[in-house]
Amino acid sequence: MEVKKEGPKPLSVSYVADMPYKYHAGHYYSRFLRELRDNKRIVGVKCPKCGKTYVPPRIVCRDCFVKMEEFVPVSDKGTLLAFTITNFSYIDTTTGEPKKIPFTAAFINLDGADSNIVHRLEETDEKKIKAGLRLQAVFSDNRTGDFFHDIDHFRVIKDI
Amino acid sequence: MKRLVGIVGVGQTHHRSKNTDCNGQELISIAVKRALESAELTMADIDAIVVGNMDHFESINYVDMWSVDGSGGYMKPIMKVTTGGTTGSAIGHAGFYHAASGLFDTVLVIGWEQNSESDTTAAISTCFDPITEREYSAGAIGPLAAHYIAYMSKYGATEEDAALVSVRDHNNAALYNPYAHLRQTIAVEDVMKSAYISYPIKLLDICPRTDGACAVIVASEKKARKITDKPAWILGVGDCHILVHLADGIGLANLPSLEIAARQAYEMAGITDPFNQIDVAELYVPASTAGVSWMEALGLCEEGGGPRLIRSGVTNMGGKLPINPSGGVLATNPIGATGLLRIGEAALQVMGKAEKKQVEGAKVVVATGFGGCFWSDVTVLSSLPRLD
Amino acid sequence: MEKVGIIGVAQTKYQRYNPASHAELAYEVTSKALEDAGLTINDIDNTITVSNDFWDGRTISSMTITEATGSHKSPTTNVEGDGTYGALMGLMRLLSGLHEITLVVAQSKISEGIPSVITNAMFDPIYERMLGLDATNSAALQMRSYMSKYGVTEEQCAKISVKNHKNAKANPYAQLAMDITVEDVLKSRVLADPIKLLDTSPISDGACAIIMARERTAKKKHGKPIWIKGVGHCADAYHLGDRDLAEVDALESAAKRAYKMAGIRRPLKQVHVAEIYDAFSYMELMWMEGLGFCDRGKAGAMVDSGLTEKNGALPVNPSGGVLSAHAVQVAGLARIAEAVLQLRGEAGGRQVDGASTALAHGIEGACGQGHCVFILSK
Repeated sequence: MEVKKEGPKPLSVSYVADMPYKYHAGHYYSRFLRELRDNKRIVGVKCPKCGKTYVPPRIVCRDCFVKMEEFVPVSDKGTLLAFTITNFSYIDTTTGEPKKIPFTAAFINLDGADSNIVHRLEETDEKKIKAGLRLQAVFSDNRTGDFFHDIDHFRVIKDI
Repeated sequence: MKRLVGIVGVGQTHHRSKNTDCNGQELISIAVKRALESAELTMADIDAIVVGNMDHFESINYVDMWSVDGSGGYMKPIMKVTTGGTTGSAIGHAGFYHAASGLFDTVLVIGWEQNSESDTTAAISTCFDPITEREYSAGAIGPLAAHYIAYMSKYGATEEDAALVSVRDHNNAALYNPYAHLRQTIAVEDVMKSAYISYPIKLLDICPRTDGACAVIVASEKKARKITDKPAWILGVGDCHILVHLADGIGLANLPSLEIAARQAYEMAGITDPFNQIDVAELYVPASTAGVSWMEALGLCEEGGGPRLIRSGVTNMGGKLPINPSGGVLATNPIGATGLLRIGEAALQVMGKAEKKQVEGAKVVVATGFGGCFWSDVTVLSSLPRLD
Repeated sequence: MEKVGIIGVAQTKYQRYNPASHAELAYEVTSKALEDAGLTINDIDNTITVSNDFWDGRTISSMTITEATGSHKSPTTNVEGDGTYGALMGLMRLLSGLHEITLVVAQSKISEGIPSVITNAMFDPIYERMLGLDATNSAALQMRSYMSKYGVTEEQCAKISVKNHKNAKANPYAQLAMDITVEDVLKSRVLADPIKLLDTSPISDGACAIIMARERTAKKKHGKPIWIKGVGHCADAYHLGDRDLAEVDALESAAKRAYKMAGIRRPLKQVHVAEIYDAFSYMELMWMEGLGFCDRGKAGAMVDSGLTEKNGALPVNPSGGVLSAHAVQVAGLARIAEAVLQLRGEAGGRQVDGASTALAHGIEGACGQGHCVFILSK
């Protein structure tokens, strides 16, 4: 059997630079986060022309291209549209640490909203999840104005 | 005033998972040299350069300026266009507009990525809103996986349907494309047995991370006819960036941006019956699941007809409408180049220079690009200057 | 070249910190530019966005502003380069005959990141980055190089800061409108010798939008289209050591192309007002030379003569220039917007009387490696 001779390993030099960003939430996300933190509720914004409600709230209605200013609360319950269970690790760019896996990303349409949000389910067995499930937000007690912390996850609403 | 513009040269590197024997500049220069050779041109013939690359992957800011050594663009007009995964096709279109404007005659378009130099998923994840979406959006893979869940629920598509796409593209690369990164002959069982990386996407369903570059030379009609007997005329271009919030795209079972971009490109090119008028398609299929659910957006089948079309075998080599003779994105994915490779491969088909990948008699070829927040680009190429 | 006219412009007020998000800034200028042009978003048939992933801290940074600019409604692409390059892309799409009215929107919020780290990232990771080069200290190398070669002095550079900050007082969008003296500049804190604080542009958040249309549509839709007569762009070598930092060959090449298209043989006489990219005070001097306003090495003398003051023979940066407001990537497009206002006669307190031909300029990369030049006229 032929033994392949390995070439020399490439020289490697390490240079790590932190590149921190302070992302500005802007007026609309700031209101959204304050409502989560202070009033334990989810708000969207309503288009004065077509009446669509967008969550998370944003400045312009994508269909009418008009500025939206009416904030309205939406339900903390919604329907699961799609999901995936991510099972490979990669660096979380916020912490610099590897992402904890597996985690289930849930794409949810909250009752009263005409746009969707993405959050987390605790269940990580795909056999127990399917599109169409009814979900409800589970809020944290010590809320800080962080969407992914103030709502810890969404739970499946079991039929009574 | 509508000017005719064509592709006259294509060059690409031999794509690999890790190019330890050359740096980014050298990688670019290989593709550029090959493109110039294929058109029998020199750098002096190039009037302008358009580059595309995802700066966060190799972590180089102002990469259009950095690339000058490798691109040969010293003292030339250089511009950068970047739109995420669609970068490759966006720069193809930008090159088209450079020539179609009449301001430049011969334009060099270069896309590249040294994906081994980054944690690709981490880098892609930064495209999602840090406040409302990033935490649970795993790069490109997570969203693509969730998107297929919606399609499966609505139309009854299966994981096996997606496996058929994977088998087709991987085997094409293995048999016909010596430049491809992954060249492996596989069967449906291999795909079904591979591990889930983000349900329902399995290891053999997803594109690789590749180091590679592609260069394409675009020329205005008069120049193009002087350079080659058979330019690949760019008859139609369409771009559609329809969404901002990832969650809005995932809720839909289909890909509206591809539908809209296709409509723009088809109208410009004069395509009214896609399935019968198109000879070959190089589609940007980043996951096999997309290869099932996105064909209908191009008008190749009825709504929900993806599974029927893939199961029919019509898109295999030798079928009526071969898709991805090059092996596509599933076999080779240097992100800044990937969309441009679709255009380059389509051009090679139309020019009759696709060698082993050649589909006989290919006159009208469609190339697509995908990326960002479910955005799409479509390009129609033909050996004929008009389709009517 | 077929005639293309600019029929709408808008800018935000540039601020050190604007609490609005990227999308909110982009929507502000988009809606204002549409209002200025008398159009709705449905009249726009293609959109060019300008955004940079590093400055925005997001890959595919154009995604943030897609809806806010209405670019989900029309064919669109994103140019990652100075706003002038975005305007060029928009121009090409119109000249192709495939589109009628283009919207170009540029935005950035420099306050979100750390500029020295972000500009350090433009240097080669293998040979240069770990030296700690960034936009400021590389500019310092260029300023020293230019001063040494041509005998230009720090005082002459300081005069640019004095002029531009004073000009900014008449510009409602400018961030740093101030009355300062040459001595104030010379005494200001050294950032990277010989560059001092008052030689440097500020950190700014802001956005700018322009709307362009092909001739027939431009004339139909707007009373005062400002025509694009010439454009050119060019890039020098990349490694600082491969260039003569005291020279401006790439700018000269870009300007030559633009002047030829516009039929300009004597820039000093035929250009009535110039808005150029003075990220640092010395740059205005160097760019004057590259644009052919004077011979190489002679800009210092030209500044001393007062020729480029607001009431001089060729006012440069009556808006206050980039030294007064620097939202990176936006600033070049803002130069075009200011030039348009000048030619329309709508520049208020900064108006240069009787201006009928203007020059707008943007740069890209370290030490002005790339340049893009526009010639506009009434």
